[in-house]
Amino acid sequence: MIKEVEEKQEVTIVFAGDSGDGIQLTGTQFTNTNALYGNDISTFPNYPAEIRAPQGTLAGVSGFQLKFGSIEVATPGDDCDVLVAMNAAAFKVNIARLKKHGTIIINSDGFNARDLKLAGYQHSPLEDKSLNDFRTIQIDVTKMTRTALVDSGLGKKEMDRSRNMFVLGFLYYMYNRKLEGTIEFLKQKFAKKPALIEANVGVLKAGYHFGDTSEVFTSRYNVKAASLPAGSYRNIMGNQATALGLIAASQKSGLDLFYGSYPITPASDILHELAKHKNFGVRSFQAEDEIAAMCSVIGASFGGKLGITASSGPGIALKAEAIGLGIMLELPMVIVNVQRGGPSTGLPTKTEQADLLQAYYGRNGEAPMPIVSASTPSDCFNAAFEACRIALEHMTPVFLLSDGYIANGSEPWKFPTSADLPNITPKFVPEKKDDETYLPYKRDKNLVRDWALPGMKGYEHRVGGLEKEVDTGNVSYDPDNHEQMVKIRAEKIAKIADSIPLQIVNNGAEKGDVLLLSWGSTYGVVKTAVKECNLRGMTVGHIHLTYISPFPKNLGDLLKNYTHIIVPEINNGQLIKIIRDQFLVDAKGLNKIKGIPFSTKEIIEVIEQKFEVA
Amino acid sequence: MSETLTKPLTAKDFTTDQDIRWCPGCGDYSVLKQVQSIMPELGREKEDIVFISGIGCSSRFPYYMNTYGMHSIHGRATAVASGLKISRPELSVWIITGDGDALSIGGNHLIHMIRRNFDVNVLLFNNEIYGLTKGQYSPTSPEGKVTKSTPIGSLDHPFNPLKLCLGADSTFIARTMDRDPKHQREVLLKGSQHVGTSMIEIYQNCNVFNDGAFEVYTDKGSKLQETLFLESGKPLIFGADREKAIALDGTIPRVVNLAEANEADLMIHDERNRFQAQLLVSFFDDPKTEGHLPRPFGVFYAEDRYRYEEAMEEQIAGATERMGKGNLDLLLSGSNVWTAE
Repeated sequence: MIKEVEEKQEVTIVFAGDSGDGIQLTGTQFTNTNALYGNDISTFPNYPAEIRAPQGTLAGVSGFQLKFGSIEVATPGDDCDVLVAMNAAAFKVNIARLKKHGTIIINSDGFNARDLKLAGYQHSPLEDKSLNDFRTIQIDVTKMTRTALVDSGLGKKEMDRSRNMFVLGFLYYMYNRKLEGTIEFLKQKFAKKPALIEANVGVLKAGYHFGDTSEVFTSRYNVKAASLPAGSYRNIMGNQATALGLIAASQKSGLDLFYGSYPITPASDILHELAKHKNFGVRSFQAEDEIAAMCSVIGASFGGKLGITASSGPGIALKAEAIGLGIMLELPMVIVNVQRGGPSTGLPTKTEQADLLQAYYGRNGEAPMPIVSASTPSDCFNAAFEACRIALEHMTPVFLLSDGYIANGSEPWKFPTSADLPNITPKFVPEKKDDETYLPYKRDKNLVRDWALPGMKGYEHRVGGLEKEVDTGNVSYDPDNHEQMVKIRAEKIAKIADSIPLQIVNNGAEKGDVLLLSWGSTYGVVKTAVKECNLRGMTVGHIHLTYISPFPKNLGDLLKNYTHIIVPEINNGQLIKIIRDQFLVDAKGLNKIKGIPFSTKEIIEVIEQKFEVA
Repeated sequence: MSETLTKPLTAKDFTTDQDIRWCPGCGDYSVLKQVQSIMPELGREKEDIVFISGIGCSSRFPYYMNTYGMHSIHGRATAVASGLKISRPELSVWIITGDGDALSIGGNHLIHMIRRNFDVNVLLFNNEIYGLTKGQYSPTSPEGKVTKSTPIGSLDHPFNPLKLCLGADSTFIARTMDRDPKHQREVLLKGSQHVGTSMIEIYQNCNVFNDGAFEVYTDKGSKLQETLFLESGKPLIFGADREKAIALDGTIPRVVNLAEANEADLMIHDERNRFQAQLLVSFFDDPKTEGHLPRPFGVFYAEDRYRYEEAMEEQIAGATERMGKGNLDLLLSGSNVWTAE
């Protein structure tokens, strides 16, 4: 039966199931396939901290949200058009986010008495009237999967592991997508287990054919390619983009990359990615703890490598003393913080922007350092590259802030070629004449000292954590010298403002009633909200900061162009403190501290209030 | 140029213009002198040598060595050196640390560095006290030690440093002392020649806060009775007239009179014997107890095991051979590319 094809501009889907249901894999595959069709995409994986939380419970629900469209997609969407619920718990956690008249695809086998009880239902929600507003498609996915695999020779448990492929195949039919990409993926994933390739591909096709033959749909949907700027694209996740940015900086600076780190959620994927690329000269070192990871980076930088470490808040806290040493030594290194909910162990798999003040102030003594932040999954590449550039050209440790949301989220990336990227020039000591004395802490006009490496003859010198004498770098307890050195170190960081781009108004009005001043992973949602408000006739501007320390030199002037300044943050108000401190402006915070990103709606509401009051 | 290449280095070439700030009479002076004196024998240029220390009195050491150096933070010299060694395997790296620095705040890094067996030399200045913070007990202070922080005696059972190192699968462990420059020099040279992590414990007298901690091993009157100088291939003989030896009674080492001993029972030192090394590190009795064993000095154990940094280089070379030298453009594009017109 040939069905009508209905065009959609954008679709938001939430895949939800038990944390053992393969939800993340299903979502990723659906994302990758749509990416190859040229859709613009934004994803938001949301899963529990436990590897296998108790099966069937609310705590064990794993979700993967994505929005794909033929128009620009900057957020994974607020409410969803389609909810896939593999069991009652997944249904309960996510049903509130389904739009009115949305479609819900239910695995009916996940709603038996036990599932209902675990999800806290007295009666099955599928049987009451609450679903009348939705279009409900109930499929016994377990049964269908087992039927498809009846001749496979697999046990029931093994068969059930392919259930996610049935759902994926069904959605591929629904959205008029080919199966080839996922089949290719399955062939690679199970290269050593041909029986599993056959089983998974079989179930994927069964799901697809079920869509075709079951008469569930009167029409299929199509989301055309987005009109993205011309060029070559790939889909990329934030942590992967960070790793690539670091390797690119290593290649463009001619320095091998040393990566010392200790496993921590959500930063570990950077280590996993880098460890794959030893043929780029990457030395990835899994240290015994966070402190050792940081110190090994200091040793590597002293030896002339591009030293990098990454962690999340708790690990960064442990590294703080050594970062201070890095500042005292004035050696280049980058510290990546993939932020998560805190304090303490906090919410390991949930996102937050609450380590900004830790990056800004979290060391003993006067210890300023540059901070660069990433805005979107693909922007992690630019931010990582830029953090390395600043470190190497200004001889300083640099903080790169990412967070769990963009680290695990993905989007299409118009990737650069190697030739598009600028060269980075490390600040090596120039050739010296025989009679010259080498002064390790002598500085250039940017107050940057030269980098002399072990093995360079005639430059033997000692560095350390004790206060340095101006120029010589010898230990000094002289009071005037200390004050002078504290000021020099601060000015050196301030001068980095000369080498970074001026701030632009990223979106919306160049001047007007309201400014949204954001940083980090809120970029997409603020951009979407500002666009919407301007369409509705409000005059709203959006400035998004990549450089938080130092700020671009013109930021203060830009802030004067607006009557109200709103600072949206996934924390209890951190950037806003720095902004108020530096610019004496009456900025107002818009804060959400729930471990999840803002919705567009939440931002728009606050902007609207400003206009109502005005 | 040719002159600097051919002129052999001397100990003096390794001194710096910095004033030495240890207390007069400190054991550290002796170690500095011996280290400077063996440097020319390494056969390395000054610029290829790096001294890294943590925090503590002895950790001032790098400032007095005219090589590359870093005075890092408390307990972390080992971790800094690990990163340096992975990055620059060809450098001669020396770690200067103390009993507090290496065994208390830096205990974790020490054992992990040892198991990875980086080719570095560790000089562990053990004075059984915290000197720089002015006299608190350390992880090697004996039980009951009265110090500023333990006015009625320490409750801590001390570490046996070399046993700890052996427990972490150290490939070279040795002990020497500040008051025996000749022996110190010998051990330092052997350590420097070992390829892998050389753990050298140095009994070092803190004449201000813990004077005489090792007197029994250094004092003329007791030294010969209480010390046992290890020589590979030779029986363990000691005593004022070298009249005593160590014999094995089953698996238990006991002090015997050499003249009366059954030659077959005598322990013969074998640096390559890891089981015997376990016994030797256990010669750790309080010299005041009846029937105690003498304290051994010298090289306890040495073995050849792969070095982390060399294995890392091999992995990089292997990956490069297998996958080709990294191509940034291929990395950036990945394998699933689409084009927007």
